[in-house]
Amino acid sequence: MNITKVVDAKGLACPMPIVKTKKAMNELESGQVLEIYTTDNGAMNDLTAWAKSGGHELLKHEKANDILKFWIKKG
Amino acid sequence: MTEKKKTTIVLFSGDYDKAMAAYIIANGAAAYDHEVTIFHTFWGLNALRKDENIPVKKGFMEKMFGKMMPRGADKMGLSKMNFAGFGPKMIKDVMKKHNAMTLPQLIEMAQEQDIKLVACTMTMDLLGLQQEELVESIEYAGVAAYLADAEEGNVNLFI
Repeated sequence: MNITKVVDAKGLACPMPIVKTKKAMNELESGQVLEIYTTDNGAMNDLTAWAKSGGHELLKHEKANDILKFWIKKG
Repeated sequence: MTEKKKTTIVLFSGDYDKAMAAYIIANGAAAYDHEVTIFHTFWGLNALRKDENIPVKKGFMEKMFGKMMPRGADKMGLSKMNFAGFGPKMIKDVMKKHNAMTLPQLIEMAQEQDIKLVACTMTMDLLGLQQEELVESIEYAGVAAYLADAEEGNVNLFI
């Protein structure tokens, strides 16, 4: 997977992960992939819903050592 | 993309926790690419107050109101467990531990995200608040302007 940009939102509380993701997404072109790290447990539902609403595609997510990782392709 | 969706929030409350909820939703909605308006009325106006004393001409009642109301977002009390000002200290401590944003930070973030902050002019008159006492780059309007935004709104809250 070709990752264009990484957002590190570890340790940040709601609503920061989504605000940072949105900011970073603005700088991407359609089709490019954003990688996001967060420790906020609400992020799974938050980012899934956010990606869907914005027309982006959540490619993959995983959890390792309490860190949630997401890969979202810009729509 | 279709036309932008709109979120409008009426912030009536002057409580720190309720204002926090309003500003978290507003910032979230902005991240959802909504056009967001927060309409501040009554005690909610205090969230927009500058924290320093601004010398303006006022009558006796207005001066009293000015003294009794919190000067700025950081000085607001909690809706529950305020304990004469001890509650806010405790919650700010907990917030720091959890890396949550404070209300002043949330307001700053809202302005960065181009959220429209509106002060209700009628209640400003009632509470004796003048434009010089409120933070910069906000708008001043009444119920009609709020309704114009709200009638096209997708999310509309009264807090």
